[in-house]
Order: sequence, then C-alpha cells, then structure tokens
Amino acid sequence: MQLHSFPGGLALPHHKQASLAHPLERCPLPPALYVPVGQHQGEAGRILVEPGQAVRAGQPLTLAEDDYQVPAHAPCAGTVVGLVQRPASFPPESYRRCIEMVPADEACSDWDDEPGRRLPDWRRCNATELVDHLRAMGLAGLGGAMFPTAAKLRGDWPSIDTLILNGVECEPWIACDEALMRSRPEDILGGGLVLAAAVVAERIVIAVEDPMEQTAQALERAAERLGIAERFEVVRVPAVYPQGGERQLIQTLTGLEVPHDGLPQDIGLLCHNVATAAAAFDAVEHGRPLTERIVTVTGPGVAQPRNLIAAIGTPLSWLIRQAGGYTEHARRLILGGPMSGTALITDEVALTKGSNCVLVLDTAPAEPATSMPCINCGFCVESCPARLLPQLIYRAVAADDYDQAAELAVGDCIECGVCARVCPSQIPLVDYYRHAKGEIGLRALDQRRAALARRRHEARQERLAAEQAARARRRQARAEKLREKSAAADEIQAAIARARQRKKSAE
Amino acid sequence: MEHQPAAMPFARAGAPHLPPRRRVSDLMFRVIWALLPAIAAHAWFFGWGIVVQVVLACLFGLILEWVMLRLRARPAQPFLSDGSVLTTALLFALCLPPLAPWWVNATGMLFAVVVAKHLYGGLGFNLFNPAMVGLAVVIITFPIELSQWLAPRGLGEGLPGLIETVRAIATGHVSNGPAWDAISAATPLDQLRTGLQSQFLVSEIRADPVFGALVARGWEWVALASLAGGLWLAWQRVISWHAPTALLVTTLIISTPPWLLAPDLHYSPLQQLLSGGLMLAAFFIITDPVSGSATPRGKIIFGAGVALITLAIRRYGGFPDGVAFAVLLMNMLVPLIDRYTRPRVYGHPR
Ligand code: SF4
Ligand code: SF4
Repeated sequence: MQLHSFPGGLALPHHKQASLAHPLERCPLPPALYVPVGQHQGEAGRILVEPGQAVRAGQPLTLAEDDYQVPAHAPCAGTVVGLVQRPASFPPESYRRCIEMVPADEACSDWDDEPGRRLPDWRRCNATELVDHLRAMGLAGLGGAMFPTAAKLRGDWPSIDTLILNGVECEPWIACDEALMRSRPEDILGGGLVLAAAVVAERIVIAVEDPMEQTAQALERAAERLGIAERFEVVRVPAVYPQGGERQLIQTLTGLEVPHDGLPQDIGLLCHNVATAAAAFDAVEHGRPLTERIVTVTGPGVAQPRNLIAAIGTPLSWLIRQAGGYTEHARRLILGGPMSGTALITDEVALTKGSNCVLVLDTAPAEPATSMPCINCGFCVESCPARLLPQLIYRAVAADDYDQAAELAVGDCIECGVCARVCPSQIPLVDYYRHAKGEIGLRALDQRRAALARRRHEARQERLAAEQAARARRRQARAEKLREKSAAADEIQAAIARARQRKKSAE
Repeated sequence: MEHQPAAMPFARAGAPHLPPRRRVSDLMFRVIWALLPAIAAHAWFFGWGIVVQVVLACLFGLILEWVMLRLRARPAQPFLSDGSVLTTALLFALCLPPLAPWWVNATGMLFAVVVAKHLYGGLGFNLFNPAMVGLAVVIITFPIELSQWLAPRGLGEGLPGLIETVRAIATGHVSNGPAWDAISAATPLDQLRTGLQSQFLVSEIRADPVFGALVARGWEWVALASLAGGLWLAWQRVISWHAPTALLVTTLIISTPPWLLAPDLHYSPLQQLLSGGLMLAAFFIITDPVSGSATPRGKIIFGAGVALITLAIRRYGGFPDGVAFAVLLMNMLVPLIDRYTRPRVYGHPR
C-alpha cells in the first residue's frame, strides 16, 4: 500500500514498555461497581432494573431505543443497590448517574457465555440484523470517544468500500490496544469480518505503528491461520503523533481528507478501533455484551504498571491498587494519554467503555504564571496536523474575538495538543480552543434562540395587528350600523313631526 | 506497600500534560550563541570596537528593559532573563560602525527597546523589528557617524587598541583629523554605489584593496560567519528555512542576469550576498518571529520582499545599505501577507 503523510505532528517518547513488561491480567472484581448509565453524550436508554434486584452476568441494565443509545449490562452476577451520582471525568467536578451494583460472592467477570444471546450463524445475517445485535450488546467505540457503534454502522451515506481497523496507539504510555493485539489477534480479525459485513465493505485494512513489527506479523500470521489473508491488509504506519487520530490515519492511508463538515463514511471509509472489533466478535460469536475492556494503568506514579482486563464500572482507585498502588511521586492523575487525556482530581471516577488508560504522572502541572506572551515563532504552525494557524487563533480568543477564531477554523481543531507541547511560551493553547469552541457553540445557540424569539415576537406582532384590525373593522361596522339606526330614528322623528304638522294645519 | 499520595485531590490542568519542549529563553540564547562567530570575525577584522559596542548595547538594553517593565508594572525577572533584549542589542551592535560614539548606540537602543518594543506592548506584540527600528533611527539622525568605517585589518595604519577604542567611543573624537584618515575606509558597498553613480566601471572600482580576495575584505568573513551560525540555527530548528532561503534565492535571481549581461555595470551576485548586512539579515533579522509573517508561505514572501527592497536601495537609494529599511517596510506588510497566505485547513475544499 502506498502510504501518504499528514502535515505536522510530533515524534514522542513511547513509554509503552512500562506496562507491557507485565503480562496482561484480569482485574478482580471490586466490592462495588458503578456502571455509568450515560456512556456518551446521551443516556443509556430506559433503566430496566430496580434497587435490590438480583441480576445475572451480562443482563441488560438499560434498554436502547435508538442507534444513539448504548445499553449497559451487568458485568457480573450480583445485586443492584440503586442509582447513585458518581464523580465523572468530564467536565471537571461534574457527576454522572451510575447503577451501583454489588457483585455476588464468588462472582467473576469472566463468566460463561449464555447461548441464548449468541447470534446463530452470523455469517448468514444481513447488515440490519448484525447492527441490531451489536447495538443490543452495548457496543461503543473503545478508542476513547465512546461513539455508539450502531450509529457509526448505519446511516445514509454512499457505499463503504474499505473498513479501517485502527491499531495505532500514538499517545505515549497507552498500550491497551497493543496488549489486545498481542493476546487476541484472531478475535480482532473475526471482529473485522463482522464489522465489514455490517456495512458490506470489501476491503479491510489494519493499521499498526511501525515500531510494533511483532504485532503486525502476529496479525498477518493469524490471518493466514484463519485462511482469510486475502481480505486483510496489515499496514505499518510511521509512529508520529497523532497518527491514531481518525482523520490523520485516513490521510496517511489514502491521501484523502475527510470533508471538514463530513464523516469518513462520506468518502467511502469506515474507521473502527481494534478493540471495538474484538468486542464485536465477542458479541456475535459468544453473545457477550460489552462489559469489560483492557485498560493501561501506568506512569511513574504507579508502583507496578500493567494492562488489566477490567469490568466497566470499576473505580479507578481499585485499578491502581491492583497495579501496586501509588508511588510517593504521584502528583497527577490522568484519564487517557498525556497529550489529550483529562486530568482528574479524584480516583473515585469509574471506568467507562472509553477509558483506555489511567496515567499517574510524577510532575506537577506548569504554573500558569510561567507562560510568556506568544512570540509568533511558528512552531505551532509547523506542527499542527489540521494545518491551522494556532497562534492567530490564540490571539483572537485572547482578545475575545470569537468571530475571528471561527473564521480561522477553530472548529477544525482536533485538540491533539501538539501546538501546546511545542510552544516555547508555554501557553495552554488547547484550553483556549476548547473555550472558544464552547463559546461559539453557545453563541450559535443564542443566535438560534434569538431568531426563534424574534420569529415569535414577529408572529405575535402580526397576530396583534390582525386582531386590532379585526377589532377596528368590527367597531366600524358597529358604528355604521349605529349611524344607520340613528338615521332611521331621525326619519321616524321627522315623520312624526310631519304628521304633527299636518294635524296642526288641519285644525 | 500501598502509598496514598499527599497530593489528594490531584492537581488539575488542561491537556497536554507533558512539559514543553523548549522555552523562549532557550531559543533566544541559541540565537545569541549563533551570533558569536560573526562577532568574532568582526572583532578580528575591525578591532575592539564591536566588543565595546556589544557591551554598551546590552547594558543600555537591560537598563531600558528594566525601566519599561517597572513602568508597565510587569514582572522583571522572566522578561529580563528571556534573552530577547540581549538578542536585539547584539544585532543592533553588529550593524554599527566600530567606533560610533556611545550616544549613537544609546539612541538606537532607546528607540529599539522603548519605542519599537514596549510602546507596542512588549515582547510578542511589536510590529517592527526593534533592532532595525533603532538602526533606521540612527542612520537618519547620525548619517556622518554611521558612514565612518574602519579599514579592515591589513589595510590602513592598523586597528586602534582597546584603550583608544574606548576613548574614541566615549568622546566621539576620532571622527576628524589625519589620524582618522589613516585608519578609516569607505565600505565596499559605499564605494560601489558612489562609483557607479559617477559612471565608473565595476572593474575600476574594484581595484581598491577594500574589495579583498572575494568581494569585501573582512565583510565577507563576517557574512560567512553569519551564514555558519544561521545554518546551525536552522539545523537546530530554531528558525525555519523559509525566509532565509527566499531572501538568498531572490537575491541571486535578481542580481545574476544583469551581471551576466554587463558585468562592468552591475554588482556581482556574490558581492550582493557577502557585503553589508544581507547575510546577517537573512538568518538573524528577517527570522525574528515576532515581527515576521506567521505562515510558511508568508515567510517566503517576506524574505523575497526584503531582498528586493534591499537591492533596490543599494542600487538607487541614498543609503549605503538598505537592509534596515527593507525589513521595516516588509514589517508593515505582514498583516496583509498573513491574511492572504493562510494554509488550507484540513478537510476544507482546495
Ligand atoms: S508556538 Fe507558542 S509562541 Fe510560538 S507562535 Fe505558537 S503560540 Fe506563539
Ligand atoms: S490542538 Fe488544534 S490547533 Fe493545536 S495542533 Fe492540534 S489541531 Fe492544531
């Protein structure tokens, strides 16, 4: 395959060996699980269980009513305690509704499949049946965005010719997909077939970083073993951050750019994370809903970094305890990678389907006071993968000129953090862009509201005017009638007068 | 074995969570390192003058910077140590004649730091290159002092020693008399310009020993040292290649054809590149990020524009070297250039 490249980007230290040195292992169940009810933007659908109810492993806790809802399932057998508010990762200091569950004694997250949930002979199923099944199994993008898989597979776009399985973990430290590709290459390929069947795509491309040659070969060997090598192409891509970004990966693989207001599907491509593929395989082949994922627990602030297979809803504090606890250097807790992850103030946050890495850093964040004015050095321009002018956007936002920021396409910023990393003035650039996007969104909302209000106001004015006109017309009509009436009265009076006159003259 | 960190709740700040690669001061001090070869070559060919001018300019610069930071109620320490005012001072000093009196130096630095930098809002906000503003002001206010150059080593009666240099700069008292005539010489660019304007041929003008082995005795080595320092900066990724390449290539493109057609009537390309301040400008002045263009294509236009204007001033203008004015003129155009050279954002129509 002829590779292309995306503009900018950054070579970063890898640090993946820190967690990969320890074998992948299953995290024991915590004393209590907090399964988030809203896994992504929306809710997880209608809640199906009640406090005190005993649930089987894999039993649905919520019901999805459309493709944008992702149901949650019980990660193990146990008892529902109830609905509670738990700290969420984002926005900071917010809370999220979770179903609290106490695992049954002896319960294990590695339960046996329930044959009834399996899709009988999925190779004969049509796309609709497959997507419906994946939706019922609670699939969402495991790469971090948690986008509902069903919504990504079903839509009115032109036909999809290539499915891209994204195994490029470009952020330092994160190694959960690497651990997965090493341990279950066949299942990833099987899942690739499932996802390709769900969109009727012919070609399947798996992208891995080129330093991961062993993994690439393991995938190729697995494809040979399964006899499906002709469907798959394993592509090694250069290890440049943010190579794993969907839009950057597409550019590297095809040389095409996703339209800025469109989706990869618009240009006939579909991109899924390798972990999502493995989950799709579990869902159709074993009837296993998505109730666990691999998460990397690592960083200089963790005693024994490793990759864990953990149940959704496990508190991060429990994961860190399984990895030997904090070291005395622990200063910062990051959910996700060091370039685009979210800093947490507390480890009570529970694992979601999108949590790929728990990173504990040993350095304190830079003091805001140490940032200098922008010197227009252009490092951010050279390295921005979206080909933006980050320093000009920053200046516009700093001057509260959001129209200018929008004009400079701040909306196309992928928040990769490269510009802030190379900025010699240490300006927290991404914070500014997030703020600007929020502000522009709010303004658009305000504008819509204002337009709506204006329309309402105009409609009211029209109605009032119409009513007034109608009233005026009625008044006029009445007045005319009155005038007619009084004219008639006058005539009568005149007639009487005439009659009197006649009488008088006759006398 | 388990250890609860003292720092609960954890510190929170926006992504990315990695420390930055370099700091502003790191960049500025690399620029200063890269200027040292040029300063050394200058000192070798023109004596102690440059050393004294550099010390004076740095001193004036730091004092003025401190005063302005105090007046503007800004923290002094981070800005005094960021190296930017020292870079300005070095560049300005490199453009002064070695024995220019101290008030010339002070006037230039005053305009550079106070007017060009702080009155426009300080580091990062100046529209014009501070060193070039200072230079332009002294070229206009002290035309005599600015045209008095020493003869390079090996010509004239020898270079003045350190004591004489300091005395001359402190009092301004060498600018006349036979002693001065013995040690001074017009710069090659000056000679060429006046010579060509009085209908002499290049070959006649070049008979003068100031033209040295290549194009300008002493100057050529300062220029080559600037080139070396500049290439090192580009290799270190402190500066981008766009503006310097554009300047050098444009100079070659413009100066080569007329010189090939009539070598006796035109400056040779090498003469253009290696005399005066062009090489210094290419790598150290037009690469000033703050007052330059923000976009890669804009940087190319900026460099090409500076080359064009400089060559025009050299040929037709009344000043010996037009670099300062060329840079200032292009500084004015930067907002316009930036507006029309925006890169196409990812996913937007071509
Ligand atoms: S990297 Fe920082 S200092 Fe340099 S231009 Fe960008 S925002 Fe300005
Ligand atoms: S965070 Fe946005 S502006 Fe900065 S480099 Fe990434 S895409 Fe460009």
